[in-house]
Amino acid sequence: MIKQFRGILKIAFKLLVNDKSKFIALLVGITFAVFLMIMMMSMFSGMLARSAAPVFNIGAKIWVMDPAVNNATSSIPMPDYVLSNAKSINGVKYAVPIYFGNALVKLKSGAYQAVNVVGLDDATLFGRPELIAGKIEDIYAENAFFVVKDSEFRKLESPSIGAQFEINDHRGVIVGVAKVASSGLFGVPTLYTTRHRAITYIPTTRFTTSFVLIEPKRESDIPFIQKQIKKLGYQALTKAEFVEKISDFYTYQTGMGMNVLMMTAISFIVGLSISGQTFYTFILENLERFGALKAIGAKSHELISMILFQASFTALLGYGLGVGLASGLMMLARLRLPSYASQVTYTNLTFAFVMVLIIAGVSSYIGVRKVLQIQPFDIFRG
Amino acid sequence: MGKVAIKANGLVKWFGEGDTKTTAVKSVSFEANFGELLYIVGPSGSGKTTLLSMISGVLKPNEGSVIVEGNDIWKMKSDEIADLRLNKIGFVFQDYHLFPRLTTVENVAIPLILKKMDWDESLSISLDYLEIVGLQNRAQLQPFKLSGGEQQRVAIARAIAGHPDILILDEPTASLDGDTGRKIVEFVKTKILNADRCVIIVTHDSRIYEYADSIMKMEDGKVIGFERNSVNII
Repeated sequence: MIKQFRGILKIAFKLLVNDKSKFIALLVGITFAVFLMIMMMSMFSGMLARSAAPVFNIGAKIWVMDPAVNNATSSIPMPDYVLSNAKSINGVKYAVPIYFGNALVKLKSGAYQAVNVVGLDDATLFGRPELIAGKIEDIYAENAFFVVKDSEFRKLESPSIGAQFEINDHRGVIVGVAKVASSGLFGVPTLYTTRHRAITYIPTTRFTTSFVLIEPKRESDIPFIQKQIKKLGYQALTKAEFVEKISDFYTYQTGMGMNVLMMTAISFIVGLSISGQTFYTFILENLERFGALKAIGAKSHELISMILFQASFTALLGYGLGVGLASGLMMLARLRLPSYASQVTYTNLTFAFVMVLIIAGVSSYIGVRKVLQIQPFDIFRG
Repeated sequence: MGKVAIKANGLVKWFGEGDTKTTAVKSVSFEANFGELLYIVGPSGSGKTTLLSMISGVLKPNEGSVIVEGNDIWKMKSDEIADLRLNKIGFVFQDYHLFPRLTTVENVAIPLILKKMDWDESLSISLDYLEIVGLQNRAQLQPFKLSGGEQQRVAIARAIAGHPDILILDEPTASLDGDTGRKIVEFVKTKILNADRCVIIVTHDSRIYEYADSIMKMEDGKVIGFERNSVNII
């Protein structure tokens, strides 16, 4: 079948690419639209991924929190009985508290820097990061902190083991360097210590448990645990549910999602306008040739296949160029800005691909309609 | 005289309805034979192009029939008519309608490609046809780089590349000077026309009448004279 159409498609290809100005205009239109769509969606995806960074980095299966909490960085401290109750629920293997707080540290140079402080359960150190330097037991040493070596690491003057700093007039010492799966959204370095030290060094509210982390005995125990926690007036979310809640918060309650959606829609409309109009002009200019082909003996489905091929080829090439351009720019940006929050996901690529298919479809539809309307008799009449 | 290639019976074609109705062709009947060079002549607006379109399967008549090699073409389905045009009829359009984005040889290969012939084979055969029209050295040029006469010859090469039984030329000399026009028609008469092919030329250029085997004169949509081998039939 394809072999039969090969010659006709080759004619279509030559008609398209040999009209260089139109072909370039078409490619630029689609490439630009794809580039903008991918950039916008990737930035948003990157921000969403980073907004849920603590959830990924700690790795607990169930997170217990106040129902009003909508992201990991602004928790509402819970009383100790929540932890006690959680531990007593059937199906809970273990439950530990974790503390998330913010502080200002005074660096060796005298500069102040805001930091996130994660206070791990003193007994279990559940949620600890992977160390790339230092020993885990050193966290129990006096004034000990682990520093996370991520894109924000240099803001703490790239400390090594033994480096000292001040935190609320307390001495702090770096005893380990850790790595985590994902950096945070707000460009703030992260320190890990024990929960006890964290609430001692940082001014806190009456309650000091930001979240209770639960490990269920079996996956099937999760619904029951969630039900029991709900009876306490709190909420137990699985890791995936918490990530979704955070995403929903940034998407629907901060205006970020709507802005990105609008920009993506504008990119699509711009791409559709440029490509649609250029393709329409291309078809109009070639209309008499399509009419001549019809007069010579080309059938309607052959002409349709030519137009579909031209639109699809341009769309796919533009898609590839747009994705390549966006990826290249993101790589370049990461080289210059380590904390650049942007990621290309399969969802983004699929969404942009569908948009490009729509652009190709609309452009083809306009062209096909025009070509089917032309009568060979019009060619005779000139 | 050879067998009948095209037989038109009582062809009528009108455009528009009511007050705007215009009848372009009024009950025209004629026969064109293999081995014959037939001219359809007449002033502008006499219905020549409309008649040409009807006998070549491009425009459906309101009344009458067209028999091509024994088949009533207007009883065929649209795809069958397209196949008939592709396999039996070659066209040379008034404005040539060559593809400026393709090379000369690729233009000539179009009917072969539409017949699903392999691309390379089509180009190879097309080169032979370009040789027939004396343009093999122009094969890789784009048509707009050729003169008017050369473009006309490329259009002829394209029309005969599909090896049609019937060749139709619409005003072939309209945009050529007198000398080039005569050379083109002489070329068609001596090199393209043969016993197995019928050539129909629509023209109002009296300078080329000398090459015709038959001349059908039209005026106001009607046939007003038919002369075959210098003998008046009508």
